[in-house]
Amino acid sequence: MAFQEIALPQSLGTTGSITERLHELVVTVDHKKLGLMYIGTALIFLIVSGSMAGLIRAQLAVPNNDLISPQVFNRLFTMHGTAMIFLFGMPIVAGLMNYLVPLMIGARDMAFPRLNAFGYWMFLFGGLLLFFSYLAAPGLSGHGSAPDVGWFAYAPLTGRAFSQGHSTDYWILALLVSGIGSIVSAINVIATIVSLRCKGMTLMRMPLFVWLMLIVSGMILSALPPLTAAQIMLLLDRFLGSRFFDTQAGGSAVLWQHFFWIFGHPEVYILMIPGFACVSEIIPVFSRKPMFGYPMMVAATVMIGSISMSVWAHHMFSVGMTSVGNTFFAVSTMLVGIPTGIKIFNWLGTMYGGKIRFELPMIFCIGFLFQFLIAGLTGIMLGVAPFNWQLTDSYFVVAHFHYVLIGGLLFTIFAAIYYWYPKAFGRMLDRKLGLWHFWLFLIGFHLTFDPQHIAGILGMPRRIYTFDPGRGWEIYNLISSIGAIFQAAGLLCLVANLLLSLRKGERAGDDPWDAWTLEWTTTSPPPEYNFETLPEVRSRRPLWDLKHPKDPDWKYE
Amino acid sequence: MISEDAFRMPVNLAEWRLPSRRKVAVACLIATEAAMFTIFVVAYLYYLGKSLTGPYPAQVLETPILSTICLLGSSLTIVVAERALRRANRGGFQLWWAFTILLAAVFLGATASEWHRLITVHHLTISTNLFGTTFYSLVGLHASHVVVGVTLLGLILVLSLRGHVKNEHHEHVEMISWYWHFVDAVWVVVFTVVYVIGR
Repeated sequence: MAFQEIALPQSLGTTGSITERLHELVVTVDHKKLGLMYIGTALIFLIVSGSMAGLIRAQLAVPNNDLISPQVFNRLFTMHGTAMIFLFGMPIVAGLMNYLVPLMIGARDMAFPRLNAFGYWMFLFGGLLLFFSYLAAPGLSGHGSAPDVGWFAYAPLTGRAFSQGHSTDYWILALLVSGIGSIVSAINVIATIVSLRCKGMTLMRMPLFVWLMLIVSGMILSALPPLTAAQIMLLLDRFLGSRFFDTQAGGSAVLWQHFFWIFGHPEVYILMIPGFACVSEIIPVFSRKPMFGYPMMVAATVMIGSISMSVWAHHMFSVGMTSVGNTFFAVSTMLVGIPTGIKIFNWLGTMYGGKIRFELPMIFCIGFLFQFLIAGLTGIMLGVAPFNWQLTDSYFVVAHFHYVLIGGLLFTIFAAIYYWYPKAFGRMLDRKLGLWHFWLFLIGFHLTFDPQHIAGILGMPRRIYTFDPGRGWEIYNLISSIGAIFQAAGLLCLVANLLLSLRKGERAGDDPWDAWTLEWTTTSPPPEYNFETLPEVRSRRPLWDLKHPKDPDWKYE
Repeated sequence: MISEDAFRMPVNLAEWRLPSRRKVAVACLIATEAAMFTIFVVAYLYYLGKSLTGPYPAQVLETPILSTICLLGSSLTIVVAERALRRANRGGFQLWWAFTILLAAVFLGATASEWHRLITVHHLTISTNLFGTTFYSLVGLHASHVVVGVTLLGLILVLSLRGHVKNEHHEHVEMISWYWHFVDAVWVVVFTVVYVIGR
């Protein structure tokens, strides 16, 4: 009996009535459950804001379409952008960090478990607040609905005069609240990594995933406060009549742009580096080689992290900065290409001469490598100030950052889901459905976003509600919209796979991929306490040492 | 599985020590708060002299010498209190700790009377001009941090008077003093920007 009572909490989520399970979710402080809650909630927001993108594409499929009204269209692209960045990107990163970091460094939980739960609930209520605006923003005045000022909410559009009702207030508060959640979870991750590593895990023996997440958390600490500060200013402007962004009282609308992008550009890397983190774990395992150039990988990430703090104004070339300013930000933007290139060559170096296994996680990583390369190249094109003047706020920019965030980030997130799902649930994801997901999504992605480059070069501005025929944009928009259907079908395969495999998937065992990091020493799913005895490590690949006692890594490192 | 040979600890790892997670977390909190203050300071400096109407800083601001001495002095008294706690001298700890709160209260009182004077005599509010906007938001952000600090200090005092704070809690208390030193350091910046450069 006593044994059963101890064993009970391990299998939570599968026992007890629904009320008991829900209660457990509300009160839990376990990093694995919180991690899965983050990821699950993020995937729901992905589907919601993905459907919004679907509506946008439906509206733009043919010229002079009036499927939805211009007002609804403005709300859709604002909500789509805001939700994808703050309610899908940030929480999925937080979820992966939460679930994996303690397991990878041989710890039993995060440094501050309750703070961790606090972070999750702040994110969730921030997200609900954003969507609640559809109902509540009209308030007593009857103006407004969901936010419609674009995800970067430029002044003076956000001023009281131009944004009546409470839609912008909901946007501010939702981001403030979920931003606090991101900051506390970043503090928690840093404290965990610095203070809770198991014996022998020196900094240079940490898995690259942990290293990269440490750097990302540091970036969150310095990049999110500017957004918080700018939003406090905007809130003061809207409620107390202060003059920060009020141009009629001498305030500056450009200052908002600076403050927003001081946050906004590092944010792109905050989302992208976790993608690199997943790839750096998956490619070595499926190439059967240790990571090529581990120290360079760490150095390159530190470089990206520090350079990313000084490139923000490349979003503002068309604002009319001095030529010195333009040159500085163009050059610093180019500089980011160097460490990013180092990374791509390191992944290729890892694959080169390896015994590559084309399992699902690896396939998504290979897709990522090609697409991210193109995304990086169009990024460098946009970093050239004169080129940027031509194409700023065009569909070329839209295509570029969707290449980064879908072709880059989302593909690595999919890879991570296929890679770690067996650990989290003890079941493999179905390969056939996974391949359908990959090909449908890959084809859909390219159909949607490749033509947008051309539409952008032909002069199609972003955020237009509809367009006249005869400008040469019709065919590209039609193909783009058809691609969205393929992407939706691909996502459907993923959702079906996640749900079906929960019950019917093949049993995974502790270590289905023959991997090398500590999370694979635990059972699948791991017990609540993670490790019965805390492990001790002597190299970067503790499981390799364990499996090959005659030829351990620590002899060579 | 884990007890196998490959996981055996090499001898030199017998003394495996890592930094305290509390210190790491509070240091991170301070870093992130500093980033937020930086933005408000930048806004203050950027809008310096850009107000379209009066009152202007040189006309209405008076250098708050006394309250600055009180706030900076409180950084010293809190260190004395901390040392007393480490020596398990409870009475000394409570005395110096209460003195720290008193100094902080004097600072907040001085800020309140300064704001009262600015609002009633000079009719400067947050919506009057850019100076009012940036002044009240920057000084107000700092003052709100002082309020949070005083709340924490008061909490510790109450707990100590009830006998819950012992010398094994010196690290918890030290963390509050780190935060307090940070609030003081921010005041040095705010003082320089608002009352020295800004006038």
